[in-house]
Amino acid sequence: MTSETAATTPEEIGETAPGQDQSDVFRGVSSDSLVRRGRTESGISARSVPAFVAGEELADLAETDSRIVVMTADLASANRLIDFQLRHPDRFFNMGIAEKNMISAGAGLASTGLMPFVGTFASFASLLGYEQIRTDCAYPGMPVRVLAHHSGMSLGYYGSSHHALEDLAAMRAVADLTVACAADGNQLRAMLRASLDLKGALYLRLGRGRDPEVYATVPEDFEFGRASTLREGSDATVIATGSQVHAALAAAELLLERGLSVRVVDMHTIKPLDVAAVVAAATETAAVITVEEHNIIGGLGSAVAEVLADHRLAVPFLRHGVNDEYVLIGPPAALYEHYRLDAPGVLDVVEEFCRMRRDEV
Amino acid sequence: MGYLDDGDRRQLVEKALFVRLETLRLTRIAGAGHYSGTFSAAELLATLYYHELRLDPANPKWPDRDRFILSKGHAAIGLYPILAELGYFDASELETYTRLGSAFGDHPDMRKVRGIDFSSGSLGHGLSIGVGMALGGRVQSKDFRVFVMVGDAELNEGQIWEAAMSAGHFKLESLICIVDRNQLGIDGRTEDIMSVEPIEARFASFGWDVQRINGHDVDEIACAFDNTKNSSRHQPHVIIADTVKGKGVHRMELDLNWHVGNLNPEDYEEVYAELIGGGTK
Repeated sequence: MTSETAATTPEEIGETAPGQDQSDVFRGVSSDSLVRRGRTESGISARSVPAFVAGEELADLAETDSRIVVMTADLASANRLIDFQLRHPDRFFNMGIAEKNMISAGAGLASTGLMPFVGTFASFASLLGYEQIRTDCAYPGMPVRVLAHHSGMSLGYYGSSHHALEDLAAMRAVADLTVACAADGNQLRAMLRASLDLKGALYLRLGRGRDPEVYATVPEDFEFGRASTLREGSDATVIATGSQVHAALAAAELLLERGLSVRVVDMHTIKPLDVAAVVAAATETAAVITVEEHNIIGGLGSAVAEVLADHRLAVPFLRHGVNDEYVLIGPPAALYEHYRLDAPGVLDVVEEFCRMRRDEV
Repeated sequence: MGYLDDGDRRQLVEKALFVRLETLRLTRIAGAGHYSGTFSAAELLATLYYHELRLDPANPKWPDRDRFILSKGHAAIGLYPILAELGYFDASELETYTRLGSAFGDHPDMRKVRGIDFSSGSLGHGLSIGVGMALGGRVQSKDFRVFVMVGDAELNEGQIWEAAMSAGHFKLESLICIVDRNQLGIDGRTEDIMSVEPIEARFASFGWDVQRINGHDVDEIACAFDNTKNSSRHQPHVIIADTVKGKGVHRMELDLNWHVGNLNPEDYEEVYAELIGGGTK
């Protein structure tokens, strides 16, 4: 964790001009293709790191773990699983644009003792493949790892057909399924390593492959179900997941200068949720705000709200995310700004909520 | 004369009768059951388990065993008794069939029933599971084979054709799909609801080796299975088994009302006697 490297606007985290910043979707973002950016006006350096490291990491892991096989649905370049294919062609299957078959076949592979990692756009993995994830992966307890990339609104102007703003809600309701969101490439590596010892099926939600760095190194202490507190604070806790962890950290940094001390919790595992971390936030800090690139219905915010209600914790609480709507057409950077899911946006949301409370008191 | 020797043939015919009688018995426990789609598959199930599959009931997770996926999971009522008789579990456990907490539901759960190679129930998934298993065997250089039984109306499911396309693409010669072509869906004849024919041409065009047989003739079934082993072509195999839904019980044959049903006590005795007496020919 290095809040010093947080960026304040998406343009500073490796974006090109709006309107052109989706040109690399199907080419993918390889390890050597990203330019690391310099410092921003606020003095916070912005560093983009490759986030689609699954192909590379799994290829390394497969050197010593013969269970690993990888599948994709005609997106090997976009998700860089091609990096695995090049090194282990006999353990890689491109299933074509047939996501349902891919996920079910992954379950069949798993039943023979293998551990398939199946990657496709989150919208298709979660919604088109929902029943296959439930019935063929989770219900029989198959160790299938679904790599659901380009989640949320990260496919920008491709539009709502390609957005996944419902996937956490859908996945969270499936029994015996672990649901987690990677904040950056280093955390993804940690998750992939930890997944080798995880029982049952896993839905792993990834961003767009050019996410800003949250973890300077691979977090060695990563554990599914145990949230990471990245920054201490007392005026509020921001519980964020996936793409919003970086935004939350950057916002917290700037809020300190404005007199607000904000705890930031990376709730990387949506299920099983780290209940203790939520209870601690509600009892040790003055407010709880969830931030997610997801509909505010059913995702992280709902999961946290359930804990607060179950534990009778009356704490000022706000869910920040997409307010149950299909988002506008636009490049990702513009959308994050519009929906206040970038650092300045999260900053405003948190500050408004904290000040509103103070005024009311 | 025939493909099998007389002893084998007699045994398989007896086992098919056993499947039908057990289906009657278990349906009585449950209060309702999938009679007719199980009766159409009785000879196929019997020939698979008592003649074809490489199994070790004492070691149900044996990595080198052949796999069987009952994609038309509603015929599980006919499969459970076979697994019990082969020794996967005690036959007395079947007395709990569908009761609260039982391992045995209308559709099979691999986490609850020893010998079930994959859970099923949602039509259209099983062939994809089989594709994955066959790929798994290839990756691990194992020579087990994977049998998947699908219903004919199940061929309406789009995922079947995703699976068929991938099996053809990967030339999965260890994969054998059996189509229980019993003519009927739930609402009527498949060709009236959503036509599935020409099944041979459709599978052939996806790169499959195709056979079409009488699915109630154990000689033809056994021969078809052997043909898949002896084929030199690197193709997945489909055996389209023409069957009669409700086969063996006159009142049920090709009658839509017996997809799910329940015999009253007098009729039960009558049907039982009909089956014991050799059933319909």
